[in-house]
Amino acid sequence: MPSPDRTPKAAPIPPAGSALILLKINGVDHSLSIDPRTSLLDVLREHLSLTGPKKGCNQGACGACTVLVDGQRVLSCLSLAVQLEGREITTIEGIASGELHRLQVAFIEHDGFQCGYCTPGQICSAIGMFQEFQNGLPSAVTGDMAAARIEFSDAEIKERMSGNLCRCGAYVGICEAIHSAFDREVAK
Amino acid sequence: MKSFAYARAADLEAAVKLLSKTPNAKLLGGGTNLVDLMRENIEQPDALVDVTGLPLDRIEERPDGGLVIGATVRNTAVAGHPVVRDRYPLLAQAIVFGASGQIRNMATVAGNLMQRTRCLYFYDHAARCNKRAPGAGCDAIGGFNRMHAILGASDSCIATHPSDMCVALAALDAKVNVIGPGGARTIAFEEFHRLPEDTPDMETDLQPGELITGIEIPPLGFARRSLYRKVRDRASYAFALVSVAAALEVDSGKVRNVRLALGGVAHKPWRATEAERVLAGANAGAESFRQAAEAELAPARGLAHNEFKIELAKRTIVGVLGELAGG
Repeated sequence: MPSPDRTPKAAPIPPAGSALILLKINGVDHSLSIDPRTSLLDVLREHLSLTGPKKGCNQGACGACTVLVDGQRVLSCLSLAVQLEGREITTIEGIASGELHRLQVAFIEHDGFQCGYCTPGQICSAIGMFQEFQNGLPSAVTGDMAAARIEFSDAEIKERMSGNLCRCGAYVGICEAIHSAFDREVAK
Repeated sequence: MKSFAYARAADLEAAVKLLSKTPNAKLLGGGTNLVDLMRENIEQPDALVDVTGLPLDRIEERPDGGLVIGATVRNTAVAGHPVVRDRYPLLAQAIVFGASGQIRNMATVAGNLMQRTRCLYFYDHAARCNKRAPGAGCDAIGGFNRMHAILGASDSCIATHPSDMCVALAALDAKVNVIGPGGARTIAFEEFHRLPEDTPDMETDLQPGELITGIEIPPLGFARRSLYRKVRDRASYAFALVSVAAALEVDSGKVRNVRLALGGVAHKPWRATEAERVLAGANAGAESFRQAAEAELAPARGLAHNEFKIELAKRTIVGVLGELAGG
């Protein structure tokens, strides 16, 4: 005897297995069949051979896997790829357009790296960070949260980049490179 | 990570139904804490209901001057909102003192409320933990407990709540709007998180099938003069040893209004009601501030490695109130 119709409006969740998703990465559409457990980082590295984003800690502590999603910096190791359908994903491989991005040039000029492992994450993070700064977002060292103008200082850069670790300790060069690439664009 | 089924909730009603009708389902927001815990097999949901597509991603000003912040608004968007920066600086500050830029871009407001403790014994399957495995015991109590609670702890659990944002929300007298199979209701912020007692696995007042829809912040005009101070082991990207969120209004040298909450000291964001009681109408000076801090921390209990937090909390309270009172 069927029970009275108490069918939920929402369909039950399909069983675990694979999900078909469409991801837009560096301007190219990729149709993928993945296990929902797959992180964006594993999709990039293992499924698409985009090995720029690095698996440092795989737990959100080091920033080596940083990529841009719709222009915002995120950690690809803690992002489930199934959540990112329809979003614009940019990795270090998509930062240059024909010639190197000015921040990439600045990293070379200012010795912003030694071994290079953290560099793709540092560069993607710095690009996202600068956009946040231009949007007027305060940081932990800003002091006055309502400040109309924030100085693009060493202290601001260091605080805003604290989610990206560099075991070689190239921080001085990284900070100089960021200044060199972005100082002239800072909103006056 | 254990295998799970994944579904996007099409609307709020569907989300409630999926959550309440799917066995062992959890909600997925930014995933910054949940995905990590699933990878460590601490959380093992059979299904995830993705709520990031729900229309809960807006910050709305209320006619009375307060704000309603949707559950899925990202932490960065809250800290960068002009009204938050102007009227509730302690909230903007608490957020930018938490995690890293990348994590703040991902993490949602509701996820921030729902995050689990960073107690290392909770993460370690080889250790006993009443929060992870109820009834197992607690290895943190006799272990390395430098980061642990000094207020409101129990013989079952000494973990702390890791959020910065929630400390500011506790000070602001926020409310948590939830919806579930039984309808919508509002929970006072102070009632939302629980003390561990003998059920540290039960961390919030949320009932099965309920989800957070948003946070209400009252107008609280004097919160324009407010501050969040976080004391930690390194200058950035570290959890709090102790933090203080405060708003203070001084009139003719006397405390007219004060809100005070502590982080890093308890299983929940700790609203310092005892200190507020002592401060009401008192002289706005170092002596009263110290008396208030002493009163709040009177029931504090130190363990082998975290005794220092008691004096640290008192001094941080005095320092923050002093800064708000001066100039």
